[in-house]
Amino acid sequence: MATVERPAKFVGTSQLRKEDPELVTGQGGYVDNVTLPGMLWVGIVRSPFAHARIGSIDVSKVLELEGVVAAYTGADLEFAAPLVMAWPINAEVKNPPHHPLTKDKARYVGDPVAVVVAESRAIAKDALELVEVDWEPLPAVTDIKAALEPGAPIVHEEFGTNDAGSWIMERDSPAPTRGRAAPFFDDPNLVKVKEEYYLARLIPNAMEPRGVVVDPNVAMGEYTVITATQIPHILRTTLAITCGIPEAKLRVVAPDVGGGFGSKLEAYPEDAICLALAQKLNRPVKWIEERSENYVATLHGREMVQEIELAATREGDLKAVRVNLKASMGAYMRLITPGIPMLGAWLYHGCYECEGYDFQYTNVFTNATFTDAYRGAGRPEATYAIERAMDALARELEMDPVELRRRNFIATDKFPNYTIASGLTVDSADYHGTLDKCLEVLDYEGIRAEQRSRRERGERKLLGVGFSTWIEMCGLAPSRVLAALNYIAGGWDAATIEFMPTGTVRVLTGVSPHGQGSATAFAQVVADQLGLDYDDIDVLHGDTGMVPFGMDTYGSRGVSVGGVALFKAGEKIIAKARTLAAHELECAETDLEFEDGNFTVKGTDRTANIKALGFNSWTAHNLPDGMEPGLTATHLYDPPNFSWPNGAHCCVVEVDQDTGAVEIVRYIAVDDCGVQLNPMLVQGQVHGGVAQGIAEALYEEAIYDEEGNLTTGTMTNYLVPGPPEIPSFEIHDRVTPSPTNPLGVKGIGEAGTIAAPPAVINSVVDALAHLGVRNIERPATPERVWRAIQEAQA
Amino acid sequence: MRRIAITVNGAREELEVEPRQLLVYALREQLGLTGTNIGCDTSSCGACTVHLDGQSVKSCTVLAVQADGCEVTTIEGLATDGALHPMQQAFRDNHALQCGYCTPGMIMAATSFLEEHPNPSEDEIRHGLEGNLCRCTGYHNIVKAVQAVAGAGV
Repeated sequence: MATVERPAKFVGTSQLRKEDPELVTGQGGYVDNVTLPGMLWVGIVRSPFAHARIGSIDVSKVLELEGVVAAYTGADLEFAAPLVMAWPINAEVKNPPHHPLTKDKARYVGDPVAVVVAESRAIAKDALELVEVDWEPLPAVTDIKAALEPGAPIVHEEFGTNDAGSWIMERDSPAPTRGRAAPFFDDPNLVKVKEEYYLARLIPNAMEPRGVVVDPNVAMGEYTVITATQIPHILRTTLAITCGIPEAKLRVVAPDVGGGFGSKLEAYPEDAICLALAQKLNRPVKWIEERSENYVATLHGREMVQEIELAATREGDLKAVRVNLKASMGAYMRLITPGIPMLGAWLYHGCYECEGYDFQYTNVFTNATFTDAYRGAGRPEATYAIERAMDALARELEMDPVELRRRNFIATDKFPNYTIASGLTVDSADYHGTLDKCLEVLDYEGIRAEQRSRRERGERKLLGVGFSTWIEMCGLAPSRVLAALNYIAGGWDAATIEFMPTGTVRVLTGVSPHGQGSATAFAQVVADQLGLDYDDIDVLHGDTGMVPFGMDTYGSRGVSVGGVALFKAGEKIIAKARTLAAHELECAETDLEFEDGNFTVKGTDRTANIKALGFNSWTAHNLPDGMEPGLTATHLYDPPNFSWPNGAHCCVVEVDQDTGAVEIVRYIAVDDCGVQLNPMLVQGQVHGGVAQGIAEALYEEAIYDEEGNLTTGTMTNYLVPGPPEIPSFEIHDRVTPSPTNPLGVKGIGEAGTIAAPPAVINSVVDALAHLGVRNIERPATPERVWRAIQEAQA
Repeated sequence: MRRIAITVNGAREELEVEPRQLLVYALREQLGLTGTNIGCDTSSCGACTVHLDGQSVKSCTVLAVQADGCEVTTIEGLATDGALHPMQQAFRDNHALQCGYCTPGMIMAATSFLEEHPNPSEDEIRHGLEGNLCRCTGYHNIVKAVQAVAGAGV
């Protein structure tokens, strides 16, 4: 299925990263390292209230401070349009205008209301203290269910409700499901379980906070925006709309970006504010987010209330899944906020067969920071619900959770390209083989025996084992599918390969990596395909002034969309070089074999090397009639399907009954992301993803108090785990090449974060199941675990 | 303003600083040593770790005036004669970095840790680096990199 034409030299090997030399020596080019002549510093005045009407704003004292250049409120910094929201999921969606500086009232703690501009970072910070705002605090609501109660404070009064609209699969999905779930829940012969889970709100915590530098050329109306973003291309378009500047006059540069995880997949107020300020003041401006500011100003993720019901036969055959979600939008719809839960819509029956499937979700406004894509975006939520519910069903049926999973797996011989109950088509998988490998590594029988033994001996430290046999859809995304989902943009990507006269090659990609190592993987692909040395290839990205228009990096699309675009550009290079080689060697193109960079006339030693052909294309002294000079090719690739990675993860924990403390003893991940271009990079993605999933399960939770204050507002009380909190991992794989693309690849960037939370929580509940514990809200802090034990035994 | 003298990566530097100026800003904005990153405002993340008179400190937690008369080593001062420091090489060899933002601080913390604990266990490495956060790697390969350097007896 993988159709790489010749034996791979670089693909499949763990090449060390091209990205590293500058990063290990402190020469990375992050946005905060940018200083321009005459540059001013920007500070944002933010609401200290979760909900408050703005009376007047007085900036006169600020302007008296030496070194302050300007201060503006929402009334006097004009924009052509509100910030762009790109995913109006259906006609029901409520999309209130989101102005970069709010004008009438603040709707969450951190809502920008004014801006100061000063000659230095320190003066800008001092100036923030001098802005006087006449606040009229209003009652606030941050809880999802409370926001839907009659009489709740209304975040956007024009709607008269916090209900921001629903998306119902039966009505809104372009793909028919196998059948409705409802009839199965009326069947008295079936066993049912109904679970409710609350997924805590999370803060992404890319290690680099956000930042923007704008360099204006007002005379020409041209602006360079250097910003810590995952999406330079999309941001250029949204900034053009919000600021009323033509795209051709905007250059957006993503320099080295210190992690994203979705948090830099956004059109933020600060980007537009800085662009407007540079335009107004005709001087370069810089804004660098502080961490505590990041906690309120940068998007949050996940928060939702899930109801999931399963219906199964007494023998354990899953018949139907029914899901109803209520998802927190926070105070505004940002770039793709209302569509995030939909990214999981087809995944709530997991990798299992069933006959009936109903899914719907309702979006809810609250007085909290807006939510949007956080690593996995919709798919961790789906995987959590079905993998927790499968364990609940196993307990109900008194069946081993592994056995229940095996019984319901989609059979391996259904693949490739099997249409699952929710209506989409999965490319390839071997769920049985993947789980088998996990169990083999684990020694499942041995772990269960040890678990029984500890219980019988009355040990205080109990053992638990939990599984997550996960799937996801990524590689966003087929443009026609996005159209059917009411997403405004496409999901294709672009790549250019350009031979330099001396035989080195520039690769320009439309994806915008920010830590993934895509430049390394892409160089491996091109080196093999064109018979070049890995070191001859430079991969450039993240600058709209330089690379072809692409759709950036998110949704595990770098390799499965951007990498495939690159491979197809390589095919065009080979085709053109073949024509030139035939011309030079005076033979038919069909007489040429291409191997290791050489076109050889079959059965002879007459040969032309691709580097020489590149040089000859450049001189253009002797080209066939009509051939364009230069050996360069661009391809825009629209994937025909998502990619569908999957895997089996297992977590083994020790739970201290007396303290509620959970320690992960082993963590095993067996993942199938199709062909691996660079196993070292794949494993790195799994490591980091699993760590974030463990964090989600055990440590992290953004908490608002009743007034809407973020009580976990700094890194000291929002628990990003450090080295001692995360275990070493046991990483394995099972490879089923994707038939969707010629590289056979699938995404892997989000896998760990999708897989890990239910594996961890299932293991904690498993440890305590004999005590009667059935659920523990995440994160499973020692207090929550201890209380669950006490309540179960009461 | 106060006048201070610091020896940074072997070179003596004299600068005027506000008394409230943090060492990290003196390094980044006055001396142009931008390899030391800032990841938080609560001394939680360790991205700004440097060596102050041979010991690792979070440079966001030291006032520039406190460093007066001291020797500071930053990530830029670690490689010698164009050769990576063994810890820098080990980070690359073991894929112990992705976005690279925590990396300078992590490397500075790790080198300082190994000087004090030449033969650490995995658990000691994890606790030794607990003041440094990484969001990309899950620490797995960072631990391996430190073990590799310790094992090589460097």
